[in-house]
Amino acid sequence: MEANTRSTTGRLPAAFLTPGSSSFLDFLGEHSPELLPGNRTLPPLKGAVELPHGTTIVAAAFDGGVILAGDRRATMGNLIAQRDIEKVFPADEYSAVGIAGTAGLAVEMVKLFQLELEHYEKIEGATLSLEGKANRLSTMIRSNLGMALQGLAVVPLFAGYDTDREKGRIFSYDVTGGRSEEIGFAATGSGSVFARGALKKLYRSDLTERQLATAVIQALYDAADDDSATGGPDLSRRIYPIITSITDEGFRRLGEDEVAEIARTVIDGRLAQPDGPRAEVL
Amino acid sequence: MSTPFYVSPQQAMADRAEYARKGIARGRSVVVIQYTDGIVFVAENPSRALHKVSEIYDRIAFAAVGKYNEFENLRIGGVRYADLRGFTYDRDDVTARGLANVYAQTLGTIFSSVGEKPYEVELIVAEVGSAPEDDQIYRLPHDGSIVDEHGAVAVGGNSDQIGSFLDQRHRDGLSLAEALELAVESLSRDTNGGEPRTLTAEQLEVAVLDRTRPQQRKFKRILGSQLSRLLGTEGTSEGDTDESSDKE
Repeated sequence: MEANTRSTTGRLPAAFLTPGSSSFLDFLGEHSPELLPGNRTLPPLKGAVELPHGTTIVAAAFDGGVILAGDRRATMGNLIAQRDIEKVFPADEYSAVGIAGTAGLAVEMVKLFQLELEHYEKIEGATLSLEGKANRLSTMIRSNLGMALQGLAVVPLFAGYDTDREKGRIFSYDVTGGRSEEIGFAATGSGSVFARGALKKLYRSDLTERQLATAVIQALYDAADDDSATGGPDLSRRIYPIITSITDEGFRRLGEDEVAEIARTVIDGRLAQPDGPRAEVL
Repeated sequence: MSTPFYVSPQQAMADRAEYARKGIARGRSVVVIQYTDGIVFVAENPSRALHKVSEIYDRIAFAAVGKYNEFENLRIGGVRYADLRGFTYDRDDVTARGLANVYAQTLGTIFSSVGEKPYEVELIVAEVGSAPEDDQIYRLPHDGSIVDEHGAVAVGGNSDQIGSFLDQRHRDGLSLAEALELAVESLSRDTNGGEPRTLTAEQLEVAVLDRTRPQQRKFKRILGSQLSRLLGTEGTSEGDTDESSDKE
């Protein structure tokens, strides 16, 4: 389909003017398939390749919204590749995505996902439903399966405010694009086991946004405590976890001062009780 | 064997231009006006589903008159062009100038290609800058030319009269409400010198590129009560119509 993708007169090629699809990914597939991440083939790899990896992401729902948060560390094997990486991004006005896995591919995937949602919105004049957005992300992860099986996996956590049901919702994924909705809270990445354990004891559905932000920092602290690939709040460098909140007013990233204040109270508490808040036995 | 009639190239092009111009003149006009905080687009359009004004990219918007399916195709092409360019390079590298060039090439090729029917559309591509001097407005007639416009511009039926009216009245530093008032006044004037028509909020499609918006995407539709308030006609704004037609 040479005529479809290249133009000799400078006019827009036919692929640009073909009506029907509102998906940017479909358009890329038709016009310049080489730009789609899923179409790249990797040379056979000998042994493990060490690349920057992002680690722990947690999400938790509260009455009227949802919080998505992530630590700031990227690791490369046993080295710290970056101390202040950002792994939580707004996907559109009412949703956010946090990513664990191969950092380079993950950031590209988020960029494409944001564009996919924006493109749909501009062409259709309406936004996708939250389920629709979650399904698009599923498709994108699935197209990366070949790379995932070679060790370059990207595993996101997707959270958003469902304007129809008027509540925050969380979706988790596996490397094959399998999607499952989580009730209450979820975590992904290498420190997720510890973060989930912590949230299990701290999470209540009646927490306010501020209380939940505190619980989420506690969970990230616990993840950093036991997982070397997860970074805790860094007071000396002023690097704190990224906390984002999505409510009916849209996406909001908590300001650095706000997060710093919560992180300080958490750390102050830990000075007295290094293992954090205690739950009842029965 | 019959010999086809000889038609001179001048005559052929004049016929095509006449055809396109007639199609465009049948539609109602769109007015684009610069004001202090950005650029406002005002169209007389009773339909809520078929837009004449749309967002293309962060700082770029699109307005069109003429045949709906033709300018809708160009709009989608423009969104795809902008998104692809922003993805390949950077969001800052998507410019109204680049987009206007691509549109001009497309319209020009279609206009002069014998096998194709010329598009009966006239477009406006506008980009809001960080200051009023940086705003760019391009008007693209059906034949592939580009006209660089400043201040205020009208396209569609009666665009000549509306345009000269706007030129006389427009000044720098208008507020949004003043710009809107000027736009409505220009659209509702009767070309035969009769009483001006009354245009209500339900008959208007209004959108702005607002440079003061904190979001990256500066395009915003002005709807419902906000529009009534700006027009100074407080009232109900449940004017949802399902009318749809190729030309309004």
